[in-house]
Order: sequence, then structure tokens, then C-alpha cells
Amino acid sequence: MDRAATEAKIAELIAPFNKKGVAISDATSFAGDLEFDSLTVMDFVAAIEDEFDIIISMNQQAEIETYGQLVDAVEKLRG
Amino acid sequence: MASWSTPSKSCGAEPMSDLFSKFDPLIAMREGLLATGVTDPFGMVMEKVLSPTTAICNGRETILLGTYNYMGMTFDPDVIAAGKQALDDFGAGTTGSRVLNGTYAGHRAVEDALKEFYGMDHAMVFSTGYQANLGIISTIAGKGDYIVLDIDSHASIWDGCKMGDAEVVPFKHNDIEAMEKRLKRIPEGAGKLVILEGVYSMLGDIAPLKEMIRIAKENGAMVLVDEAHSMGFIGPNGRGVAEEQGCLDDVDFVIGTFSKSVGTVGGFCVSNHPKFEIMRLVCRPYVFTASLPPSVVATAATSIRKLMHGHNKRAHLWENSRVLHKGLRDAGFQLGTETPQSAIISVIMPDLERGAAMWEALLKEGLYVNLARPPATPAGMTLLRCSLCAEHSAEQVQTIIGMFTRAGAATGII
Repeated sequence: MDRAATEAKIAELIAPFNKKGVAISDATSFAGDLEFDSLTVMDFVAAIEDEFDIIISMNQQAEIETYGQLVDAVEKLRG
Repeated sequence: MASWSTPSKSCGAEPMSDLFSKFDPLIAMREGLLATGVTDPFGMVMEKVLSPTTAICNGRETILLGTYNYMGMTFDPDVIAAGKQALDDFGAGTTGSRVLNGTYAGHRAVEDALKEFYGMDHAMVFSTGYQANLGIISTIAGKGDYIVLDIDSHASIWDGCKMGDAEVVPFKHNDIEAMEKRLKRIPEGAGKLVILEGVYSMLGDIAPLKEMIRIAKENGAMVLVDEAHSMGFIGPNGRGVAEEQGCLDDVDFVIGTFSKSVGTVGGFCVSNHPKFEIMRLVCRPYVFTASLPPSVVATAATSIRKLMHGHNKRAHLWENSRVLHKGLRDAGFQLGTETPQSAIISVIMPDLERGAAMWEALLKEGLYVNLARPPATPAGMTLLRCSLCAEHSAEQVQTIIGMFTRAGAATGII
């Protein structure tokens, strides 16, 4: 799976959490643009973790602010 | 109330950035709430405490239903006598760390009482329950280790995780499958610590510890269970939810507190780990703080020994919990649990404004409960949290149900 395929899968997973239908680009931020609260973050991260069979620890989550950073992080964690 | 203004510019230098700006949203929320004319729910003072279940609050005699005094030990005559004696014999405080001049006979005695209470080899007493979690978690799980914990864990657990620098992996509350998946994804060879609570204090629900601990052990993790809200009355000997579910022997570290059923202040960890005593030298929140005053450890030791024989009180506390849970549900309130699972009965409020109005109406009826709001609560809920005491009489519980019913009708909650 290349970055584009990973991105497509994440785009699919984020849809149910994107309640306001915000247009998503690599620069979209989870806290600012998508207004994710801590519970939404937990459920969304769990969905990503289960899809790709990875762990994104809270320490790693703290470094991820935007959609693009998340796609890169998932690519890296998948190894 | 006090006014909040930006500090003035300091002389000659660039304008001082106000580090308090980050609190502006909370300040505005608080001002908005108080502007409705409601009594400040976080500013109540108890002018006189009459018993474990009654006090004078804002000039009125009030039934206390929002303390953690589950077993009513605060005014036990033997406990009080032990404290007074220790105050006379050992003075007001130790003025020192446990590892230097701060370990008195009483500190050893309370650790011995804990070892007996739990039937474990080691006990280590901290100055607060918060410090017990902070100290043990941050010391045993360090960089490169993994902590897998319930998302609804207490603040002291989260702070311990952060301080220790381990990789922190939360899972959905009480979700066994979510926990297992995360444990299985941890890289081979990494140290693993699973952290659970017996009773989760916001909704008063208990954890399926037996199944969770079995899975944790199958995956090579050590297990720490915080039993702060179960000590004294859950389990055949009051050792907590793990004892009740028959899995205490598989718990590596039990964390507890003296500030709930024991009735004073302090925290502890009990363990059967053969190397446990080294904690006394490496655990910074244990080393770099003053030890508990002699009177506090004396009251704690006396209380713990009496709790070993508290069967009748335990039975009465459970009866209180069942009666209050049924009474509030029948009255039409939405509760945090389907069945009474602990001494905490949580009443779910529609929002903070109506929760605060209901809280104030109860206070005017002569009843104190905890108003709990985010971030302490899960899922952004506002809760009126009732914690029962073994010293609440059956009549008091009926009085409480009547107060709730009237206040609920007056504020439109039911």
C-alpha cells in the first residue's frame, strides 16, 4: 500500500467523524478545523489502529496535529 | 466576586505575556454560571462537622451524601483516641522524608496493618493517594515501556503516566477486546503495564477485572489496580473488586488511599513483588516529600484494623446503596449504572446549568452531593454524584430520596 492508498483508507475512516463535512487537505487540523474533542480522538484513533493493526500511542498522537501528519505517521508505523 | 484583569506592563521591557490567558475560556464559563445567581458549587465551606453524615453548611444542617467517608470512620472513638495519643507522644509532624528522619514507629505500624489487611508481603505508604499513583506508575514504567490503560482513569494515573515517559496507550472504558488488541500490538520484548480501577468513581461502575487481568497476564503484562473506591466494603474481606472477583492474587500492585473508607489522608501500594522494597529508594514522590504526621498514621492503622472486622457495616452500606439506587430510579432520574455496583450512585444531569440548579436546590433542601463536570467526567457529562456511608441510617436514605424528588420536580429534571 503506498501513501495514496493509505490516504484513501484514512479518508474513508474519517468520514463518520467529520460531522460538519469540512473539506479535508493535508493541512487540515484535528483540533482547530475538525473540532475533535478527546473522545472523538480516541474513537478515531481506535478505528485507524484497528484498520492498520498499529499502535498510535498518546505520546505519538501529541506530535500529530494535521491530517497530513497523520497519514505520514501511519505510513511510518506500518513500516 | 474578584475581577480578572491583565497584569500591567513591567518597566522598560517588552510587554509581559500573560501566562493565565489559557484559562480565559474556563474563567468565562465560571462567570457565566455564577451570573445566573446560582451558589458557587465549588466554593462551599463546612462550618461544623457533626458526624460522618451531617454537617453545618452555609448555616444549615445538611446531610452529607458527597464525601468518600464510605465506612464512617472519621469519628470512630478508637480512631480519634489513637490520633490524640500519637499527637501527644510523637508531636504534630515529622518534618522529614520517609527515607531520612520521617519514618516513625507509626509509619511501620500502618504498613504492617496494610500487609495484614491485604494479605500481601509489602506495603508502602505515601503522603496522598495521588502521590501513590504518581510515584509507583512513573517509577516502574519508563521510557520504552508501554502502559495500557482505561480511558476513564483517574487524573493521578494519567499524571503518573506522563511523568514516567512510557508509551501511553488508552482503550475504551471497560472494553476487554479493545484492551486485548492493543496489548497484542505492543512490540516484542517491551515492558508492559496494564492499569485498571476496581470502581470508576464518576459513574460508580466496576471493571470486569477477572477477564481483563487474565488477558493482561496472557500477554506478559504486569497489572496495577487502583482500589481507592472499594477498600473496606467490596470483597469478602473488604480488599476490593479484585478480591470480590477472585483475582487479587494476579494483581501485581494494588493502589489505595486513606482518604476514603479509612477516613483520614494518605496513599499506599501493596504488592507481593519480591523486589518491591527498592521502591523506597527510587520513587521520587515517596522520597522527596515529608511523611504523614504521626497522628494521621495512628488513626489510619487503627481504622484499617477495625475495617477488617466491619462485616455488619459493609452489609448496611450495601443495603443503603440498593435502596437509594432503586428510589432514585423509581423517581424518574437517569442513573450512571443499571444496577447498584458500589457505594457511588451517579445521577446524570442534562447539562451544567440545570445540574448546578439541581445541586443548589438539593443544598437548600439540606443535602450535599458532588457536582461533577468535565474534564473529571466521561463523555462531557454533568453528574450529581452521591456517595453513601455505612453510617447513613435507613431513615436518612428515605429522607434523601424525598429531597431528590422535590428538588428534581422544582428544577424540571424529572
